[in-house]
Amino acid sequence: MTTHATARPAAKTAAKPATMAQALQRAMRDAMAEDPSVHVMGEDVGTLGGVFRITDGLAKEFGEDRCTDTPLAEAGILGTAVGMAMYGLRPVVEMQFDAFAYPAFEQLISHVSRMRNRTRGAMPMPIVVRVPYGGGIGGVEHHSDSSEAYYMATPGLHVVTPATVEDAYGLLRAAIASDDPVVFLEPKRLYWSKADWSPEAPAAVEPIGKAVVRRRGTSATLITYGPSLPVCLEAAEAAQAEGWDLEVVDLRSLVPFDDETVAASVKRTGRAVVVHESTGFAGPGAEIAARVTERCFHHLEAPVLRVAGFDIPYPPPMLERHHLPGVDRVLDAVARLQWEAGR
Amino acid sequence: MDSLQQRSSTVQEPPGAARAYRPTPPPAWRPRTDPAPLLPDAEPLRVLGTDAVADADPELLRRLYRELVRGRRYNAQATALTKQGRLAVYPSTTGQEASEVAAALALEERDWLFPSYRDTLAAVARGLDPVQALTLLRGDWHTGYDPREHRIAPLSTPLATQLPHAVGLAHAARLKGDDVVALAMVGDGGTSEGDFHEALNFAAVWQAPVVFLVQNNGFAISVPLAKQTAAPSLAHKAVGYGMPGRLVDGNDAVAVHQVLGEAVARARRGGGPTLVEAVTYRIDAHTNADDATRYRGDTEVEAWRAHDPILILERELTERGILDEDGRRAAAEEAETMAARLRERMNADPVLDPMDLFAHVYAEKTAQLREQAAQLRAELDAESEAG
Ligand SMILES: Cc1ncc(C[n+]2csc(CCOP(=O)(O)OP(=O)(O)O)c2C)c(N)n1
Repeated sequence: MTTHATARPAAKTAAKPATMAQALQRAMRDAMAEDPSVHVMGEDVGTLGGVFRITDGLAKEFGEDRCTDTPLAEAGILGTAVGMAMYGLRPVVEMQFDAFAYPAFEQLISHVSRMRNRTRGAMPMPIVVRVPYGGGIGGVEHHSDSSEAYYMATPGLHVVTPATVEDAYGLLRAAIASDDPVVFLEPKRLYWSKADWSPEAPAAVEPIGKAVVRRRGTSATLITYGPSLPVCLEAAEAAQAEGWDLEVVDLRSLVPFDDETVAASVKRTGRAVVVHESTGFAGPGAEIAARVTERCFHHLEAPVLRVAGFDIPYPPPMLERHHLPGVDRVLDAVARLQWEAGR
Repeated sequence: MDSLQQRSSTVQEPPGAARAYRPTPPPAWRPRTDPAPLLPDAEPLRVLGTDAVADADPELLRRLYRELVRGRRYNAQATALTKQGRLAVYPSTTGQEASEVAAALALEERDWLFPSYRDTLAAVARGLDPVQALTLLRGDWHTGYDPREHRIAPLSTPLATQLPHAVGLAHAARLKGDDVVALAMVGDGGTSEGDFHEALNFAAVWQAPVVFLVQNNGFAISVPLAKQTAAPSLAHKAVGYGMPGRLVDGNDAVAVHQVLGEAVARARRGGGPTLVEAVTYRIDAHTNADDATRYRGDTEVEAWRAHDPILILERELTERGILDEDGRRAAAEEAETMAARLRERMNADPVLDPMDLFAHVYAEKTAQLREQAAQLRAELDAESEAG
């Protein structure tokens, strides 16, 4: 096996606009260059560079053995990744779209997530499962699901989702370096979001499990992640006109959950709204609201509210704007935080 | 463990020693089917260009021609609608019209079709309203039509997941004593999914009246067949499950109709399932969102254009005097009328009620859904008040 560790010159380049898609590609490229055991695999990831072009150029640079177009079979892709990991490789698996990861659930839940546990720690599973997720891109049926609650409910998996270009790089590097399996949820409607970004800020490799305060505020905390972060930041700006100074927490990691950052914020502001586009009933917000209540009960001026997608199958493109939680729904919830007991 | 080792040591002989002991073969525990009759022919069956065309019913030949021309026009119109933003996406079957159409025409009215997301054309040829067939792709409703009306299952976006449904339906029909056949369509890529294999196995074990049609159009998005399978052909996969595999030129409408007709008839008389591989080619990109130049060159496409299903049928029928100038013109006009009507209907914005989001999640709305519906109602009212 050849090492590509020296393949990349460490020249300093100035920050210029980069998309989240480019940052993700760069994270895989750097990880593959540094560690020959990192392998990328999935449907169309080679010649085509993935349907979202996230793996663009990897097959060319590292060869088809390191960036492999697999047969079209998600259970097979993840199942073979388990065997590869057992033999010391670090597979980074791409699921083409959120709903097409479902055939691989058996492998994920029955093997990937519990291999460490069932072998008393002898057999780690350093697998990253990259899943483009969520709506807002006008996709037809099965192209817009938010499946994070299923993953979160499975012990043994890390569940991570970046919302910024920097985090896309930093968290994916961390996920690939992790000795535990990581479900890496990529908010597909942010793939083309841009930031001034310099790729040799791998200083920015983010430890998995740390939330970050994206905006400081005093009147309430918006707790969010992934595709809903821009919505919350916009809502926070709009709320200023109403006299609300909102704090916005980006979770980045759903499992492990950063109770500390979240609770500290809510204790400061006394009010909280959880915002995500996945369904509300038994969704991620249910867990988050419960945890916040348990930790901040005496600081809360109002119940923790949730703004989520409706409890329906993800709607067809022509109706998705009515389903996705937008700025107005967030502001409505914020207004309801002026809680009067007994109402 | 110990006893196993002991046993194996009694069987082991010193090197070079005369073999006094010969293991007896295990008793046969089930009858085996001779795989030879199950194996597909080495070459795909062709009818066009052979004398066998003379045996075909000229009326059927003309019908196939008309449907192919209509199908080609439908593909072109739907592709144009995508460019105008009227469809979210359209997976074209330009170049595959023969297998799409012949598949639909091989079925009786009481039979069922289980299409993949690409098979709008098969659904339309079977009688589904061309606009209803596009609902999913336009994005106003997932599927939308009643599958029982034309006995067409929803176009399945997840690959191969509809195949076990076809087996279950066919099995149920047989249990009820109905001579109904299910035709399940899948692409070459879809044959790699676990569901494909499970469906074939169930179908063979139950001897269910199902026909599986694999349209091998060369690619699963960017991945060529050689990276999808190491089998000599996709039809070969049938043998391992104990059903016959048939290989047919998917651009030869007459051959496809014949092979599917035989498979359907066989299923109907209780002969069990068949796997048919139609060898064809995807002339257009995977969808309008795909850039085919990234993974294939023009020469390959051009070679297949010369083997265009409409071209080869038209040439043959004209030469044999089955089709004349009037027939060709009539087919083209019929197709044009269909396209104009489709364009007109698709250019009208669909009337959508956002409240329908909650309409069919359950037979009866849950309390939570009623609450959410009220929320959306209030939002919509506020929106319309604001103008
Ligand atoms: C379970 C599943 N995985 C992935 C996809 C994404 N996808 C849509 S079409 C396609 C290629 C299908 O190729 P093939 O089966 O050969 O059919 P074709 O498109 O060529 O008709 C892929 C990978 C999907 N729809 N379903």
